[in-house]
Amino acid sequence: MSTRIVPAASLIPADAPFPKAAKVALGMPQLRKNLAHATGTIRAKRANVAGELDDWESLRDTASAIKADVQHRLPELAVEFERNATAAGARVHWARDAQEANEIAARIVREAGADEVVKVKSMATQEIELNEHFEAVGLKAFETDLAELIVQLAEDKPSHILVPAIHYNRTEIRDIFDQKMGDAPKGLTDEPAALAEAARQHLRRRFLSAKVAVSGANFAVAETGSLVVVESEGNGRMCLTMPRTLISIVGIEKLLPRFADLEVFMQLLPRSSTGERMNPYTSVWTGAREGDGPEDVHVILLDNGRTGVLADEVGRQALSCIRCSACLNVCPVYERTGGHAYGHVYPGPIGAILAPQLEPGRHDDLPYASSLCGACYEVCPVKINIPEVLVHLRQQGPHQAGERAAMRAAKAVMARPRLWRAALKAARIGSMPWRRKGFLRRLPWPGSKWTVSRDLPVPPKEDFRDWWKERQR
Amino acid sequence: MSARPTAREEILARMRRALDGAGEAPVPPREYRRSLDADADITAMLIDRLVDYKANVHHGLASIAAALGDAKRVVVPADLPEDWRLGGAEFVPDTGLSTADLDGTDAVLTGCAAAVAVSGTIMLDTGAAQGRRAITLVPDHHVVVVRREQIVGHLAEALPMLDPVAPQTWISGPSATSDIELQRVEGVHGPRRLDVVLLED
Ligand code: SF4
Repeated sequence: MSTRIVPAASLIPADAPFPKAAKVALGMPQLRKNLAHATGTIRAKRANVAGELDDWESLRDTASAIKADVQHRLPELAVEFERNATAAGARVHWARDAQEANEIAARIVREAGADEVVKVKSMATQEIELNEHFEAVGLKAFETDLAELIVQLAEDKPSHILVPAIHYNRTEIRDIFDQKMGDAPKGLTDEPAALAEAARQHLRRRFLSAKVAVSGANFAVAETGSLVVVESEGNGRMCLTMPRTLISIVGIEKLLPRFADLEVFMQLLPRSSTGERMNPYTSVWTGAREGDGPEDVHVILLDNGRTGVLADEVGRQALSCIRCSACLNVCPVYERTGGHAYGHVYPGPIGAILAPQLEPGRHDDLPYASSLCGACYEVCPVKINIPEVLVHLRQQGPHQAGERAAMRAAKAVMARPRLWRAALKAARIGSMPWRRKGFLRRLPWPGSKWTVSRDLPVPPKEDFRDWWKERQR
Repeated sequence: MSARPTAREEILARMRRALDGAGEAPVPPREYRRSLDADADITAMLIDRLVDYKANVHHGLASIAAALGDAKRVVVPADLPEDWRLGGAEFVPDTGLSTADLDGTDAVLTGCAAAVAVSGTIMLDTGAAQGRRAITLVPDHHVVVVRREQIVGHLAEALPMLDPVAPQTWISGPSATSDIELQRVEGVHGPRRLDVVLLED
C-alpha cells in the first residue's frame, strides 16, 4: 500500500520568514530523518576522497584565486568567451534578468518548431523559473535528472542544490512513481536500482526523439568558448548530444579563463559534491560540430542580479560558488530544517549569502539562519568565507527599532568607562539569585526578546577589571 | 532619440561599474600537484579505480571478444582498427547511423584519447577510433580499448592530450546516480555496462 504524496514544499507557508518556515520544517520528523541520513552519508564520503589528495589545501587556494581573478576581469572574459563560442558556431545571447532569459529561450524553442524540451538539471534555470515561464506560454519542459524528475512528478520544489529530492526516502520515491509516472512498472519495489530502471524506461523514448534541450553549465571557458556539464546519470549526455537544438543558460560568474583551469576545478567539484573521485560523465562542447550533436547551438549569458553582487567588495566572493553543495551537507541549520525553509532556490549557507544579494531587500532574514560555526567555510572547495559574508550582510541589513535602540544604548554606556563599570556592577548584583544555575532562561521585556530563543549566561562574580586590579596589588 | 542599450551593452556596463576601483586580483598561486610521484604504478592504480566504480577490466587484444560478451550487433567508429574487431559479433561501422539504428545495437567498441589513473577516468575527444558522441551513448554496453601510452597518473597530464575544442566525454565508470538517499546505484541513462580493455605493450 502506498501513502498519498503530499509535496513537502506545500506544507511550508510561501514567503514565510525563515524562523517561521523553519519551525514548520522542524515539526516534520520523517523529513529530518531523511536529511540526517543523507547528509551524514555524503559528509563521510566527501571527507574520505578529499583526504586522499595531499594537495587539497593548495587546490582550494588556487581555485579561490582563479575565481577572484575571473570576477576582476569579468567584462574582458565574457567578451572573449562570446567571441570564441561564436567563431565555433554558437549563437551567444545576453539576458539582463530572468524574464529576458526566459523569453529568449522560448523564442528559440518556437523557431526550432518545437513545443517541448528536455532539460538537464541546472540551478540557473531553476533560479529564473524557466519551467513555470514555459508552462505559462504553452511550452513544456521535462526534467530528466532523476531527482528533478521525482520533484517534478511530486509537484514539489527542490530542497538541495545537488540532490533536489534529498527530502524523500526510497519508499516515498516508489510511491511518487507509482502514483504519478503513468508508465511505472507494476509491482515496482523501493530498491534504488529498480527505481533507476523505471526512470530509464520512462525517459528513453523522449530522449531519442527530443528536438530541443535546455541545459546550464558548470563552467564556461573563455579561452576556447567551451561549456562544461558535470553529471552522473547520462541524462546530461542525452540532452547535449541527441537533439538538434541546444540552449544553455549560463550565469556570467561561471567563466574560467583557460581550459587548463579544469585541472583544478574538476578535482575539487566531484570530490566536494557527490564524494566521488570523478563524476561518471563530464561533457565539454564548443559551439557546433558538423555530424556530431546539435547543429543549432545557443548560449544565454545571464546577469539576473549578479552584477549587483559583483559591486559588493565583501559579498562578491559568493559569485565564486561552484554549487557543489558541501556547505549544505555540513550545516547544522540546513540538516534540521531542509532546503524549503529558506524560501529560495539556493538554500543552506550559500543561499543565506547569495539570495539576499541577488534579490536585495527580499531575504534579509537569511543571514541569520546560521550559528556562524564556520563548518561551511572549512569545506568550501573555493574557500568562500561564508561566515564573513553573513556578518557583513547582517550589518548591512535592516535592524528592528528595538535592536537599534539597545545597540545605541550599549554604545553610549561602553564609550564611558565610569558608566560601563557601574553597569557591570548592576548586572552582577541584579543576577545574584541565578548565580548557581549559571544562566538566565527568561528575562522580563524587552530582554525577553533575547531570551525567547537563547539562554543568557550570568555575569561572573568578579569581572576582568577587578581581577586585574587585585593582581596588580 | 538614442536607442535603448542592448542587453549586452548594459550588462558589460554594469560589470564595469561594479568593478570601478576594484583594482586587479593577485595572480593565482599554482602549488598543487600536476603529476604523481615517479614511483607510482599508474596502471595498477587505474585498474583499482576502474573496478572501484564498477567497470570491468580486461587485459590484451584477445580479451576484446570476452569483453563484448554476448553482444550480437556492435557499432564501431568507421576508423576502428580492423584487428580489434574480434569475436562472433556483427560489427556495424558508423557511417551516420540513425538514432533508431544505434538503439538497435547491443554494444559499442571504441578507443579513447587518454585515461587518468587517480580518478579512473577514460577520456574521449572524438579523435582516432572514437567516433561521434552518440555512438558511445545510446548502446547499453561500452567496450573501450586503452593503450599503455594513453594512461597518465594525473588529470593535469591528461588535459594537454585532448583537443580542447572537440566535443569531449570524460567517463568514470558506468552511468550512475546518487539521487536516492545519496547511495550510488549503477545504470541510468548512459551505458549500464563499461568494459575496459588494456593493451599493455
Ligand atoms: S559555497 Fe562553497 S561549499 Fe557551498 S555550494 Fe558553493 S562552492 Fe560548494
